[in-house]
Amino acid sequence: MALALLAVPAMALADGEAIGGTLIATTDDERVPVEGVLISVEQDGTLVGDSTSDAEGKWLVPVPGAGTYTVRLDVSTLPDGVGLTNADSDVLEDIVVQEGRQRTVLFPLGEGSTTSPPPYQRFGSLLFAGLKLGAVIALSAVGLSLIYAVTGLVNFAHGEMVTLGAVLTYFFSTSVAGPGWSLFIAGAAAVALGAGFGWVQDRGLWRPLRKRRMGLVAMMVVSIGLSFALRYLILVMFGGTRKLYDEFTGQTPIDFFGIPVVPKNLITIVVGVVVLALVGLFLQRTRIGTALRAVSDNPDLSESSGIDVDKVVTLTWVMAGGLAALGGLFFGLTEAVQWDMGFRLLLLIFAAVVLGGLGTAYGAMLGAFVVGIAVEMSTLIFPSELKSAVGLIVLIIMLLVRPQGLLGTRERIG
Amino acid sequence: MDFIAVIRDGFLAMIGPVTAAYAVSAVSLNLQFGYTGLLNFGQVAFMMVGAYGTAITVEAGGSLWLGIPVGILTAVLLGLLLGLPTLRLRADYLAITTIALAEALRLIVRSSWAEPLTNGVFGIQGFADAFFDLNPFPGGAVYGVGTWTVTGRSLWMMIVSWTVVLLVVLLIRRLIKSPWGRVMRAIREDEDAARSLGKNVFGYKLQSLMIGGAIGAVSGILLAIEQQNVTPDAYLPRLTFILYVIVILGGAGTILGPVIGALVFQFVFFGFDSLMASAQANIDWVGDILSPAEAGQVKLILVGVGLMLLMIFRPQGMMGDLNESLIDDH
Repeated sequence: MALALLAVPAMALADGEAIGGTLIATTDDERVPVEGVLISVEQDGTLVGDSTSDAEGKWLVPVPGAGTYTVRLDVSTLPDGVGLTNADSDVLEDIVVQEGRQRTVLFPLGEGSTTSPPPYQRFGSLLFAGLKLGAVIALSAVGLSLIYAVTGLVNFAHGEMVTLGAVLTYFFSTSVAGPGWSLFIAGAAAVALGAGFGWVQDRGLWRPLRKRRMGLVAMMVVSIGLSFALRYLILVMFGGTRKLYDEFTGQTPIDFFGIPVVPKNLITIVVGVVVLALVGLFLQRTRIGTALRAVSDNPDLSESSGIDVDKVVTLTWVMAGGLAALGGLFFGLTEAVQWDMGFRLLLLIFAAVVLGGLGTAYGAMLGAFVVGIAVEMSTLIFPSELKSAVGLIVLIIMLLVRPQGLLGTRERIG
Repeated sequence: MDFIAVIRDGFLAMIGPVTAAYAVSAVSLNLQFGYTGLLNFGQVAFMMVGAYGTAITVEAGGSLWLGIPVGILTAVLLGLLLGLPTLRLRADYLAITTIALAEALRLIVRSSWAEPLTNGVFGIQGFADAFFDLNPFPGGAVYGVGTWTVTGRSLWMMIVSWTVVLLVVLLIRRLIKSPWGRVMRAIREDEDAARSLGKNVFGYKLQSLMIGGAIGAVSGILLAIEQQNVTPDAYLPRLTFILYVIVILGGAGTILGPVIGALVFQFVFFGFDSLMASAQANIDWVGDILSPAEAGQVKLILVGVGLMLLMIFRPQGMMGDLNESLIDDH
């Protein structure tokens, strides 16, 4: 009986859930099937399958089960003289497939002027996407790196601080249960609460553990437990679906030196760079910033020269919480809000931090942009579903070549 | 509320083949984490490589009995490749690298690029028929008393997998009681001291990673055979963390700790499922607050909270000795 049950998935596959359609180009009064066009189906950024349209223009991609998928038409495989009627509609997001159903998807085609974009435009778009991702990673990574610098803890729950920023912004701005504030106020509130959460975490959890002289490995395991608990708490409260803020969705790209750029991505990059510069100024020019750097160098010596190390550590947690929430706010703005978004980003944050040098603030920023750009640019060579894997492989290569990271010093890796 | 049923469901899950597979994986993690002090956060990769190595060999026309050693050897190779660049680094670097590598490997296995080999997101099914052909118990028959029963298929799987647990535990016991095991513990306690005694610390760590990797692969193969199915999404980082919960619950750095941890964890985990299902059916307000899916998520919140509390208040776990624990130094 058990064997019969196990055979079910394979059978369900044979005549189960799928996404398909027929590509017909309407030119003047003629309707011509379009052959040889590549269509791919993704879920959460990972390729599920692809299909090339046949002589009748038909294509079909089986999917593993009911769920939400993204369908992408590869514009470069369209024959000459055929293009999308609406140039932006090469990617259809949030296509819902129901249990046991085939979902039909339409790509209206016509006498398009849109052939594949020239190489510099594609290159430029990817560079922008990389800078945007880099800004999001950098905002989140600086806090992780600073916490490591002042306490030695690799905080696995950092991803959840990112998610929290996005989820709180969603709650304040969009959720029907929330107050329905504008995105600016909602975002500010989320960042403030994120910073507050950093304070609560340090005072309520990490400081008492430091007082108990808990080992760093043990603290890392505690942070894994915290990450687990927070992630599934967010899942229970927020639900498993991807959600968007009600403002700034579906923006039309503006022209930036010939490269189409969505304004909110541009804003993400600009705000990211400005905030990171302010963090740098704070570290270099203020007394407390200098104290923070001193503690990261040598906590005992700092303590004995009169620096209140506990205060510095708490401040670091507050800063890290606020920055992570800001990163999450922008991550949610430019992609979507989802319960495990922070955990997915965490591995790229790790990559960035190790690449730049664990424990260095500027290294984390530099590493973040390198990882962001490498991840997006990799799609020029590798399939886009391997994007994240590329980021992680960059990390491993870096450890082989220069384990202390770009800006780290040798002693840190011990 | 039927509490007998709750205990029965927990008990049947506890003695089941999945628990045995988790126990094997926890034993291997314990060799690395508990005895050598290596923070391998990519345990799931060794399980995945073992399972895929086996499944792909069978798909390619080999027999299952060839596939199993292929899977194990692939995992040993992975341990070697992973260890060479990372074992010289400090513990937290190893943790980051192993989790990153495990996730990168999963993404690659899942990708269309590797699809000719791995069948992408759909995975590979039905490769372990040779194993179930040897089953001496009729598959449809049930064994047990009253409602406390298992099918013949499960019974066969249970006997084999718990035998593997026994063999692996005996192997680790033998290893740990040997001079080799003493060097391992010396490395965990103080790497520099071990080095100053002329021990090749790097070599020993690499051996620990490779032997542990092989045992991890065995566990992955057991799980894959039990399910007759390998899919990339079964190997999320979550599984590694659950194995850490099991090791720490039982007691890191003890011979039987991981096995006891697996038994207790599975009993509580599935007993809780049954308890929630029963509560939802019988108590109105529970059903109003939580849907069955949410109850499963609440369970994972409790796993996280449990790990934190365990680590803070009883880091040596159920069986452990604080002096024998990596956790309490520094």
